[in-house]
Amino acid sequence: MALTGQPPKEINLNQKLASITGMLGLTVLLLASFGVNFQNKGLWLTVSLGMITAGILWFSYEQYKGKSAGIKNDGVWFKSLTNLGFWGWIAGLSITTFYFILYFFPKYLGLVEGGDNKGVIALFDPLSKALSGNPASQWFVYGALYTIAILAFGIKFMWKYRHNRYERLRTMSVMFFQTAFAFIIPELMARLNGTSVLNGGSLPYYDLKNIWPLNYYNFEGYRIKGFLSSGDIGFAMLIFGIVSIFVITPFLTYKYGKRWYCSWVCGCGGLAETAGDSFRQLSDKTVKAWNVERWIIHSVIVFVTLMTTAVIYSYLGNDSSKYWLTKSTFLIGVAALLTAVFAWVMLFKRDQLKKDAQYGAIGYFVIIISLILIHFYSGEGNVFLFKSGALRKNYSFLIGSIFSGVIGTGFYPIFGNRAWCRFGCPMAGIMGFQQRLFSKFRITTNGGQCISCGNCSTYCEMGIDVRAYAQKGENIVRSSCVGCGICSAVCPRGVLKLENGPLEGRIDSNQVLLGNDVDLMNLVNQK
Amino acid sequence: MENIVIIGNGIAGISAARHIRKLSDKRIVIVSAETDYFFSRTALMYVYMGHMKFEHIQPYENWFWEKNRIDLVRGYVNKVDTENKQLLLDGSRALHYDKLIIATGSKPNKFGWPGQDLHGVQGLYSKQDLDMLEINAPNKEVCKRAVIVGGGLIGIELAEMLRSREIPVTFLVREDSFWNGVLPNGESQLINEHILEHHIDLRLGTNLKEIVADAHGRVKSIIIQETGEEIPCDMVGLTAGVTPNVGFLQDSGIELGRGIKVNRFLETNVKDVYAIGDCAEQHEPIGNRRPIEAVWYTGRMMGETVAQTICGNKLEYKPGHWFNSAKFLDIEYQTYGWVFSERGKKEEEQHFHWRHATEKLCITMAYHKDSNLFLGINTFGIRMRHEIFDRWLTEGRSADYVMEHLADANFDPEFFKHHEKAIISAYNKEMGKSLKPKKKSLKRIFQLT
Repeated sequence: MALTGQPPKEINLNQKLASITGMLGLTVLLLASFGVNFQNKGLWLTVSLGMITAGILWFSYEQYKGKSAGIKNDGVWFKSLTNLGFWGWIAGLSITTFYFILYFFPKYLGLVEGGDNKGVIALFDPLSKALSGNPASQWFVYGALYTIAILAFGIKFMWKYRHNRYERLRTMSVMFFQTAFAFIIPELMARLNGTSVLNGGSLPYYDLKNIWPLNYYNFEGYRIKGFLSSGDIGFAMLIFGIVSIFVITPFLTYKYGKRWYCSWVCGCGGLAETAGDSFRQLSDKTVKAWNVERWIIHSVIVFVTLMTTAVIYSYLGNDSSKYWLTKSTFLIGVAALLTAVFAWVMLFKRDQLKKDAQYGAIGYFVIIISLILIHFYSGEGNVFLFKSGALRKNYSFLIGSIFSGVIGTGFYPIFGNRAWCRFGCPMAGIMGFQQRLFSKFRITTNGGQCISCGNCSTYCEMGIDVRAYAQKGENIVRSSCVGCGICSAVCPRGVLKLENGPLEGRIDSNQVLLGNDVDLMNLVNQK
Repeated sequence: MENIVIIGNGIAGISAARHIRKLSDKRIVIVSAETDYFFSRTALMYVYMGHMKFEHIQPYENWFWEKNRIDLVRGYVNKVDTENKQLLLDGSRALHYDKLIIATGSKPNKFGWPGQDLHGVQGLYSKQDLDMLEINAPNKEVCKRAVIVGGGLIGIELAEMLRSREIPVTFLVREDSFWNGVLPNGESQLINEHILEHHIDLRLGTNLKEIVADAHGRVKSIIIQETGEEIPCDMVGLTAGVTPNVGFLQDSGIELGRGIKVNRFLETNVKDVYAIGDCAEQHEPIGNRRPIEAVWYTGRMMGETVAQTICGNKLEYKPGHWFNSAKFLDIEYQTYGWVFSERGKKEEEQHFHWRHATEKLCITMAYHKDSNLFLGINTFGIRMRHEIFDRWLTEGRSADYVMEHLADANFDPEFFKHHEKAIISAYNKEMGKSLKPKKKSLKRIFQLT
């Protein structure tokens, strides 16, 4: 092949310098992890984070300067970082390694239980103390780097899509929610712990936009104790946590689809859309992948529901005179709620589910209800057939750490940037049900303008074969769609529009290929 | 079982096959010399630009064809023997058919320029052309300059492709403004400016005299007709339109004009032989349409129509209101109904043109000068809703009505700036009217009662 030359795929000199700048910033962190003791920690931390940010911004400037506003996907499939090549695998392995250490071996980052931090965690102590008054933890280091990634790559993303106001606005939104809600507010809240504002109580670390079941630990015993011990504020936060599941989420998803969360608010989504944007084309679009996706994500939903029920059950009492919510009331309540949702879907939305989805729904429903029945007939002790602690531990390990972190983010350059959101996130799964069955959101296909080019499908991070619908003139109403809007942006013929409209005629399976005379279209639509 | 053979696996042939399968159990065979599987021809450019890999521009996964019992045969049809209902493939294999659909598309025009068959000279139509381009112009070191001859849709796409690899491009356009045989002047001017923004050396009103060879029979330079200027280059793209790909039918007894002559049922003069897509030529043009329509959408519609006829429901090809779209570098273009250029328009067709003061956005609306009847609209940089314009054309709305309700037709992504107010105030000023823009109404758009 070398005879004829290759397409250009090199980055320019300034981009190399920018990369080196960013790498030097990272090197400071790496040196700290390997035990180099920086004297002036505040200064070195500033230098390091500043160089990382500057490197990313400089690189982006070099990439987009002097180019007219428009789609910037030239050469995406020629670059080894973004086409599953050598650098893609190197990047994937590096991030994965970081996650392994973060989750399972934080002592190598310098975490010292009950003593002064060392290593890179100690380097972050000044920032942590400035915010919360406490020394840093591995989670603080992670949170800070995460926020910087969303901010710096967010600016890059807005540059790249500067002609597209939808993309710019939602990126500003995720940048705001990450910085304020996920990073700064919880740290500042920590300053209130033990003060009279909280009646001397102590709140758990709470990112208010992080809703169950993404926030699978929100209703664990120690957190409930924390909330209830912290006066009116604590109680309000607990109520907010419950209201956001049963009221806020369904209402906003009905009005706007799940994109209000996944593409405008969520931190996982925020990182995927900014730092992960360069890898969106790597998601698998085959029908096979779609089948795997449905089984995995729905199994995770069943898992998290069982686990949460078990955890709450385990700390409730049996005596209704002490507290109205007892073990039995709670379980009966869960069963009643699931039955109500299941009955509603089967009665009113049955025809919108395909056969296998119906079987799946029935299967899962039977499992959960039978577990609850087994419990009532098998005496006290365990919850269902399991120990609640073991369920929780396994969920936290398998889903919370391995799936969302190591695979979900570590494998951005391998599986694409939304592998976690697509295959694993139970929150996305539940909102997906609702988006498919009861929401005003859809992607409208513009009559007969589709030329089947495939840009939409290729750049769909959720692996939806958008073209399969567009070329038939069908609207796209898929539970997994996070509403990032990129399919619409990359379409060269103006075919796709994300919009909220009437429920009537939303799932339009007629092949309305405008341009043909009406008689023919009636015939084509006859099965 | 009846044996349906389709020559050509482009959008027309594939649409026919898919719809025949939907309607019947007939045996379906598709013959193609170009590729194993159907791909989107209009997307070839994105493969060269690195936006997609070739597999991404194939709309169906490879298992699709076997699952739907559509047999794919790779081969070149040398001859159609209509007497014995046979095709001769690759000079030897014979393939029998009961009904034959010819959907062989087009090939690039060559107008007898000296040097037009040299190495390094090529069109851009087929997968083979794309492969050839990777050899002729893989990067700016191998191809120090490319010259494109012919200012149409393929020409500007080829220019965009080459620029994506930073190859210097000289673009020879015969007309005195880009594509102004089709586009009204204001729009053509907007695109002229945009081409220059992309650092393309645009030469308007310029013809090719000859292509000069080096000692090895490769292109070395081209010479311009008007000035005699010689421009050194390593690649020449011939993009002066396409012509139906029907050479193999010369002695078949099938009536040919420029393309394969068909009636409104897409039947040729020979029984059980049909022609659809780019290669079909209507005896009489349908409405304002050309007798040969080399457009993606019409190929698809003809495929659907012929499938009905073949499956026992004889049906006329009756395309609805004209629509089309394209993208000129960063500017999207859509058209609904008929808007002719100054050169092509009839006396009663009048235009209202609006262009944004700073951004590359404009629209041109055509209307009947006496009755104010809305005839069509071109938009640049603003997306419009197909369904709405199709409805307005059917309902015979006036230009005034369209102006008042323009917000209903907007199809830009959410939060984009709207320009209806500016457009209508320009319209009022020009016409001496005082129309007020109506707010976007979901009720009207989705026809809710």
